[in-house]
Amino acid sequence: MSTQKLTIAKAINASLRTALETDPKVLVMGEDVGKLGGVFRVTDGLQKDFGEERVIDTPLAESGIVGTAIGMALRGYRPVVEIQFDGFVFPAYDQIVTQLAKMHARALGKIKLPVVIRIPYGGAIGAVEHHSESPEALFAHVAGLKVISPSNAADAYWMMQQAIQSDDPVIYFEPKRRYHDRGDVDTTAIPGPLHAARTVREGTDLTLVAYGPMVKTCLEAAAAAAEEGKSLEVLDLRSVSPIDFDAIQRSVEKTRRLVVVHEAPVFFGSGAEIAARITERCFYHLEAPVLRVGGYHAPYPPSRLEDEYLPGLDRVLDSVDRALAY
Amino acid sequence: MTVDSTAARKPRRSSKRAGAKKAAGEPELVQLLTPEGERVEHPDYSIDLSPEELRGLYRDMVLTRRFDGEATTLQRQGELGLWASLLGQEAAQIGSGRATRDDDYVFPTYREHGVAWCRGVDPTNLLGMFRGVNHGGWDPNENNFHLYTIVIGSQALHATGYAMGVAKDGADSAVIAYFGDGASSQGDVAEAFTFAAVYNAPVVFFCQNNQWAISEPTERQTRVPLYQRAQGYGFPGVRVDGNDVLAVLAVTKAALDRARTGEGPMLIEAFTYRMGAHTTSDDPTRYRLDEERELWEAKDPILRLRAHLEKQGLADEAFFAALETESDALAKRVRDTVRTMPDPEDMAMFEHTYADGHALVDEERAQFVAYQASFAEETN
Repeated sequence: MSTQKLTIAKAINASLRTALETDPKVLVMGEDVGKLGGVFRVTDGLQKDFGEERVIDTPLAESGIVGTAIGMALRGYRPVVEIQFDGFVFPAYDQIVTQLAKMHARALGKIKLPVVIRIPYGGAIGAVEHHSESPEALFAHVAGLKVISPSNAADAYWMMQQAIQSDDPVIYFEPKRRYHDRGDVDTTAIPGPLHAARTVREGTDLTLVAYGPMVKTCLEAAAAAAEEGKSLEVLDLRSVSPIDFDAIQRSVEKTRRLVVVHEAPVFFGSGAEIAARITERCFYHLEAPVLRVGGYHAPYPPSRLEDEYLPGLDRVLDSVDRALAY
Repeated sequence: MTVDSTAARKPRRSSKRAGAKKAAGEPELVQLLTPEGERVEHPDYSIDLSPEELRGLYRDMVLTRRFDGEATTLQRQGELGLWASLLGQEAAQIGSGRATRDDDYVFPTYREHGVAWCRGVDPTNLLGMFRGVNHGGWDPNENNFHLYTIVIGSQALHATGYAMGVAKDGADSAVIAYFGDGASSQGDVAEAFTFAAVYNAPVVFFCQNNQWAISEPTERQTRVPLYQRAQGYGFPGVRVDGNDVLAVLAVTKAALDRARTGEGPMLIEAFTYRMGAHTTSDDPTRYRLDEERELWEAKDPILRLRAHLEKQGLADEAFFAALETESDALAKRVRDTVRTMPDPEDMAMFEHTYADGHALVDEERAQFVAYQASFAEETN
């Protein structure tokens, strides 16, 4: 029996363990990933079993972590890098955007950069500043990067396997508020395509699109709406670059209404891109403008206010009602 | 060629080194060949080259300077969009480039044309990015010479990571990272020093201090001589006369040998001078004096080796004449290649964005094809 009930954190851990076991070129590196097992314990026990040469505690320097990971990838390694928190990625942003994303093209394809960057992201954990942000759009905007975010334990396991196997750099956003959500993980299953969206609830009246931590919120919204007789379809996007627009289009051609939900600020967020493209693709099917629910154009607030800042059940349902009212 | 590298492992702090040149207020530097072409000895670094090897270094520098000059001319003629000249830095680049082994790996900035030459990269391959037909495009693994890096200092980290990988592989190769005095202010260079030090990575940091970061003098980057930065990170640093190809070769070889035998990183500050502009877009007359350039002309790296070869009778007129002919041929080949270098196909901009493909790139490529095809239909 290869199916286990795992939390998302444990599923990522299991996936890293599998990768370290099966490919000697895989390395895990980051701040505190070794003895401590990471501040969220995602890499717990890996250094004990695979040694300091493969599970590497790094100096406290994010640009250095990503820059040296690039060098190790050039040497033939497949580093999986941890950035401790979303808001700490920016010292590495230069290396990610100007080097990691572009080096394959710069070399006309002659070198590959199989680097995975893990970033625990999102809010609702009552943290101090810089520990609750959702910067995925800042990476999706950059050609050369792939950006993904699992919403459940099985995806957390398999999307990490696929990210490590990818010859492209992958930014893997981990929904930290869901780290302890459990789910069945079949480690012998044959996974679907990494960048394909998945319909997690079928419906006929409106489509909710989300990824990462907001999938659960949208499922709760769909359940609440069902009690009022509204049938919502929920799509787990799974990938923010590329985005599976075909899957969204299929769903919207059926439901004729679309609401996109993410924690990241709405302004220039991934919802804006989805709204523009789906409006173009589904113009004659849409009964309402594409609506977006997300963070505000303000710095992520102190944690006592984050429930107001983050899209919750009520704000999602409010937008659902607005879309259905057209 | 024999190089005594034992000294590099135990840097001495003697202030009375023979051969150490010290200008007023400046720290001493390792020198083995004076500007007048006299061989001098140094207690920590020595070198013994055959006449053929000495002529080889001279040839490298002459051909590199000729190639570089030709590229500047091609820019003036509109064949290149930009050129970053290495004029004056030939000894720093040829000396260090010739110190590397085939299995060593080099991470350059965008000015290391002489190092590229030593690694066997065809000079015409360097011109594509300056002509605007690619962003680099040579295969870095063919000559273990990475692509030019334009963002200042980024490659110091790539070199350090690569060196960490070399150490993991148990290989005895070494890695060398090039950067300049301006880059020494970058956080990435500081982080590279930290990583290299704590992991004892086999990497040599080769800083060409050419005195100018575009318009800013080294005094705007540092209050201490750059090689002294190494001390704070826990590895040795040395300043070498960057216009003395023999000293650069000896010091770099010692540092690379030190790295490959597990003794960790080292910082070399090659004290040299950017004789030309930062790039062909720059105008140095706005920020520096001709007198400074004239001072450095007296220390020219090529003239001093020529003086040595002539004084010692190590090269005859036939050698210099043959080299002149070879230079002319190289320049002609560079000109002809650049002038006939084709523009990339329109579709090339979509290629190689990803190794494993990306749905959006596919979609936009198809849209672009359809858009272009629409003109063909209109013509019909």
